[in-house]
Amino acid sequence: MKKVISFKLNGEDVEAEVEPHWSLLHLLRETFELTGAKEGCGKGECGACTVIVDGKAINSCLFPVMEVEGCEVTTIEGLATLNGNLHPIQESFVANGAVQCGFCTPGMIMSAKALLDENKNPSEDDIRTAIAGNLCRCTGYVQIIEAIKKASERREP
Amino acid sequence: MKKFDYLKPTSLDEVFSLMEKFGSNAKLIAGGTDVMVLLKRKRIFPDVLISLRSVPNMAYIKDEKDKIRIGSMTTHRELETSTVIKEKLTALYDAVINLGSVQIRNVATIGGNIANAAPSADTACPLLVLDASCLLISSKGEREVELKDFFIAPGETVMKQDEILKEFIIPKPSKLSGSAYWKLSRRKAMDLPILGVAISLAMNEDKSIKKARIGLGVAAPTPIRAFKAEEFLTGKFLTDEVLAEAGNIASKEASPRDSIRGEAWYRREMIRVLTKRVATISFKRANIV
Ligand SMILES: Cc1cc2nc3c(=O)[nH]c(=O)nc-3n(C[C@H](O)[C@H](O)[C@H](O)COP(=O)(O)OP(=O)(O)OC[C@H]3O[C@@H](n4cnc5c(N)ncnc54)[C@H](O)[C@@H]3O)c2cc1C
Ligand code: FES
Ligand code: FES
Repeated sequence: MKKVISFKLNGEDVEAEVEPHWSLLHLLRETFELTGAKEGCGKGECGACTVIVDGKAINSCLFPVMEVEGCEVTTIEGLATLNGNLHPIQESFVANGAVQCGFCTPGMIMSAKALLDENKNPSEDDIRTAIAGNLCRCTGYVQIIEAIKKASERREP
Repeated sequence: MKKFDYLKPTSLDEVFSLMEKFGSNAKLIAGGTDVMVLLKRKRIFPDVLISLRSVPNMAYIKDEKDKIRIGSMTTHRELETSTVIKEKLTALYDAVINLGSVQIRNVATIGGNIANAAPSADTACPLLVLDASCLLISSKGEREVELKDFFIAPGETVMKQDEILKEFIIPKPSKLSGSAYWKLSRRKAMDLPILGVAISLAMNEDKSIKKARIGLGVAAPTPIRAFKAEEFLTGKFLTDEVLAEAGNIASKEASPRDSIRGEAWYRREMIRVLTKRVATISFKRANIV
């Protein structure tokens, strides 16, 4: 029962053959081999699978693949420039020690990006709310919040 | 997970004809945050999912003269960022800001939260105390059901197989009124309530209570109103004694059970505590001087 969908993935128009029961996460990892988004819990609890769809952070593990038709999807792989320059949020995560094992990092950064795209000057509360659906077992969150705050300050003109 | 087909009708007529064609082999899907989890946990086995996301004009917040209408496909995030909700339906605002995570709120809908009919549905108590009605539609027509008559049992509502939930109709709260919701949970984020208490109060000029509504979640098999406690409050002034007695009555009206999130005795005790607390917040929000 394969179907074909087309959408924009990290700025590029793409087409894919999918099974209607797949999640967006499955499509990203298995068809496009974009393994930045992780399957942690598979049920919306951990945020490791967070990607941005039409400007909004979502859990790709719960997002029906058929709803991606016509959408714009951004994953962690879409942040760095083609010649390898990291996105300011990624740089800030590295500089502020916000990455330990790294499993939560792609999801954290996508949640942070959706926040900063919408709100250039978030309060600490805004940051905490934005990543409340992203679990990290390593850092204790302090460095992550710091990294997002620093990234927002850097992006000020 | 069982394989299924995924259909995306683009009009309500098309939704109804697909529902008729597939009957109980089909499941409606809105944001999918309940449906996808149930599918993954192998709790439901539909052949077909019928998505409501491509049906136009299902997500809206309409601020009319004496009613506020909320389309069933409105996401919790849209409610959270709406000034109408924040200023006029404060109990609902209290509920949506703490529902799941931003990622969940970006896709999960208010219609899905109510249609799913979990005893813990966070928007249920606020909608109950705001006197919300549900507009149900089918190919045969539409009918309005008050939310207090909507839930039958966990996961069960008065909606018929051929009906869908179109919108919530909420009378605009009067001037001297306020409402609030308290979600008792172990963590602030990403947790279902152990207990939910919503209260709305409409006051008289002399600070006596004109109309009281109390909604309790996870306190019975479905979200309920504490009618006796409401009646007790009507006409009274909000003293400590009155609040304590209202809490006692509400607690007796509930029929909580022991569950992994909390035991029945604890829930009963907390209904007393929270009735007092939430009524006090509602009173403050009524801005009566
Ligand atoms: C990680 C996580 C955290 C969560 N946290 C909370 C929480 O804190 N509080 C809370 O209350 N819930 C929570 N939920 C549950 C869920 O997100 C909500 O109940 C949500 O509002 C469901 O909406 P939906 O659009 O995703 O519904 P769906 O999953 O799409 O649908 C839910 C049910 O409603 C039916 N349905 C949907 N729309 C309609 C309609 N218009 N007419 C008729 N039937 C319809 C579907 O057939 C299905 O049976 C959480 C879920 C997850 C995965
Ligand atoms: S894998 Fe999607 S939220 Fe955990
Ligand atoms: S860095 Fe290891 S889970 Fe966050």
